[in-house]
Amino acid sequence: MSIPVHKYDVVIVGAGGSGLRAALQVAEAGLKTAVLTKVFPTRSHTVAAQGGVAAPLGNVNEDHWMWHMYDTVKGSDWLGDQDAIEFMVRKATECVVELEHYGMPFDRLDNGKIYQRPFGGHSQNFGEKPVNRSCAAADRTGHAMLHAMYQRNVRANTQFFVEWMALDLIRDDSGAVIGVTALDMETGEVSIFHAKAVIFATGGAGRIYASSTNAFINTGDGLGMAVRAGIPLEDMEFWQFHPTGVAGAGVLITEGVRGEGGILRNADGERFMERYAPNLKDLASRDIVSRAMATEIKEGRGCGINKDYVLLDITHLPPETIMKRLPGIREIAIEFAGVDPIQTPIPVVPTCHYQMGGIPTNYRGEVVVPQNGNPSTPVTGFYAAGECACASVHGANRLGTNSLLDLLVFGKSAGESVVEAIKNGLPLRPLPDNAAAPSLARVKRIDTQENGESMFDVRAAMQRIMQLNAGVFRFGDDMKQGVKEILEVAERVKKVGIKDKSMVFNTARVEALELENLIEVAKATMISAENRKESRGAHVRDDAPDTPEHPNGRDDPNWLKHTLWFGSDNHIEYKPVNLIPLTAPSVELKTRTY
Amino acid sequence: MELHELNKLRWHCTRRALLELDITLGRFLDNGFNQLTEPQVKTFIDLVAMEDHDLWALISGKVDAEDPVEIEVIAAIRKH
Repeated sequence: MSIPVHKYDVVIVGAGGSGLRAALQVAEAGLKTAVLTKVFPTRSHTVAAQGGVAAPLGNVNEDHWMWHMYDTVKGSDWLGDQDAIEFMVRKATECVVELEHYGMPFDRLDNGKIYQRPFGGHSQNFGEKPVNRSCAAADRTGHAMLHAMYQRNVRANTQFFVEWMALDLIRDDSGAVIGVTALDMETGEVSIFHAKAVIFATGGAGRIYASSTNAFINTGDGLGMAVRAGIPLEDMEFWQFHPTGVAGAGVLITEGVRGEGGILRNADGERFMERYAPNLKDLASRDIVSRAMATEIKEGRGCGINKDYVLLDITHLPPETIMKRLPGIREIAIEFAGVDPIQTPIPVVPTCHYQMGGIPTNYRGEVVVPQNGNPSTPVTGFYAAGECACASVHGANRLGTNSLLDLLVFGKSAGESVVEAIKNGLPLRPLPDNAAAPSLARVKRIDTQENGESMFDVRAAMQRIMQLNAGVFRFGDDMKQGVKEILEVAERVKKVGIKDKSMVFNTARVEALELENLIEVAKATMISAENRKESRGAHVRDDAPDTPEHPNGRDDPNWLKHTLWFGSDNHIEYKPVNLIPLTAPSVELKTRTY
Repeated sequence: MELHELNKLRWHCTRRALLELDITLGRFLDNGFNQLTEPQVKTFIDLVAMEDHDLWALISGKVDAEDPVEIEVIAAIRKH
C-alpha cells in the first residue's frame, strides 16, 4: 500500500499559541513549514485564556525580571528549573513587544503604553506587595493573540493542514525524529509528513478528568505520541484545579460567588467550611476550599446518587442581588447544571484546569531524555512547547498569566532552535520502509475490532477513576487503587471498536484514536501521583501533612527531583531540579507561604 | 443531511475553543437539531462558523440576536 509522503523542512503539530509562535519563527526564516491541526487555528483552546500574559514591563508600577523570576520559582514550589525560568522571564518583554508589533490590540494606558493589571502570586521586590504585570486585551487575550499570530503566519507562507490529526512520531534507527503520520479527516487517509524537525505544540490533556475546564479538544495527542515513541513524560502528577466547576460539566463558577455570600454545603445541608476554616469559612483560599470539598466527598458526605459533588448555595441571597451581581453565574447554572440558583443550590466539584508536566524539554525547546548518564540529552529533530511540554517553568504549580508567556517564549525558542539546527546542517534523513506501519495498524485495529468496547464507556470509566483517585486532594489508598483500575481501563482501551466504518469525517474513529492518547496521560498521572510520597504545590496528599519537619508536607531531602514516567513498562526514573539560573543568583529553598 | 456531513457538523460543534460551546452545541445536535426547518439549519450552520466568544455571547444572552431566524435558532439552542 502506497502512502502519500509530504516533505517539509519543519512540521508543527498543533496551531494554538505555541504552535503558531513556533511556526512564525521557522516560516519567517524561510523554512518550508507545515502546521497540522485538528481544528481551524483560531478555534484552539488558547482562545479561552482571558487573564493576560505576564511580563515585567513596569508600565504601571516598578517591576524587574528578577522579581518575576522569584514569584515563578516560589509558585512552582521550587520544582521549576531556574535556568528555564530565568530564560522565560528575561524573554517576556521582548515577546510581548513583538506581539504588539504583530498587531495584538493590548489594552493601553493614557500615555499609550500597554496597560497592566495585577494577578495572584505576582509581586514587587521578592514578595513584598502585589505588582501589575499582566498584559491583556480586555477578556479576549488568547483570542486576540491567536488572530495576530495566525495572520502573520499566513503572510509568512506557513502551510496549514486543517482537520488533520497527527497519529504517531516517526523515528529512524538512530532515534532521530524525522516526521509524523497524520490522518486527513476529510478523506480518512493516512499520510506521512517527512521533515528535518518536528515541533509538538498540542496543548494539555485535561480531558483525562471527569470534571475539567478544558475544551473537548484537549486530549493530550502529543503526549500520547511521545509515549508510544519511547519518550518519557515529566512531572505528570502536577495538575492545577479550580474549586468550583459545575459537576458533570466542568464550566467554572467564579470565586466571586462565594465573595457575594455563597455557601458550600454537603449532603446533610451542613455548611462544612465552618469546620475546616472557622474564621474565613467559604472565603478560605482556593486550596483549602478544594481540599475540604474533596474530604467531604471522600468521607461519604457528597450529594447525589453517587455522592460525588457538593452544593454551592446562594438561595439565601435576595433574587435581585443574584440578578444584579451574578447574572452570568445564574445563566451558567441554568445552562450547565439545570438549576436556577435563585431557588436551588448549584452542584460543584473541584475541577481540573491546567497540566504542569509534559514532554521533557530544555529552555531551548529541545525534547530531552536520559541517555548515557546525562538526564537531559536532546532527541535529534524533536522539539516541544506550550502546555504539552515541561521546560520546566511551572514546576509543581503555575502562576496565572505565566501560561500565555510560556507558549510565546518557548514557542519562539523551539522555533529558533530548529532554525539554528537546520542552518548547521540538520538533514532530511531517509524514511524507514515501514514508517507508517504502526499508525496503519492502530487504525485497522479500531476499524476491525469485533465485539469492541464502547469508546464512550471506556472514556467515562477513565475519567471517573482519575477524578476519584488523582484529584485535587489525594489519599494514599485511593491512589494505589487508582493505579490498579487505570491499568485495567488501559487494557479496555485496546479493545475499543467503532460501528461506523466510513472514511469521510468519521469522528468515531478520531475519538477512539484520541482515547489512545488520553489513556497514556492518565496512566502517567496516576502512577506518578501514587509514587510521589510528599506534598508539593498542586500535589497534596492526606498522608503528607503540614508538620514542623516538613512544612506544607514538602520533603526536599527526598523529593526535590523531577519524575520521569516511561510508558513502555510504567517505570519511573528521576532527574535533578536545576536550582542554578543562567546568570541570576539562585532563589534559595524556603517554605512556600503567601 | 448525509452521515459524513452530520459528522463534520458535529466536529465543528464539539471541538470548539470554549468548553461552554462544546457542551451546548453537542447537546443541541443530539436533542434539537433535527427539529429545525431548512432555513433554520442554514442559520445554525452560519452560527457554528462564528468566533467562539461571539457565539457564546449570543447563546448566553449577553448579546441579543437581530435576525428573526437567528433569534429562533438561538432560542432553540437555549431550550436544550
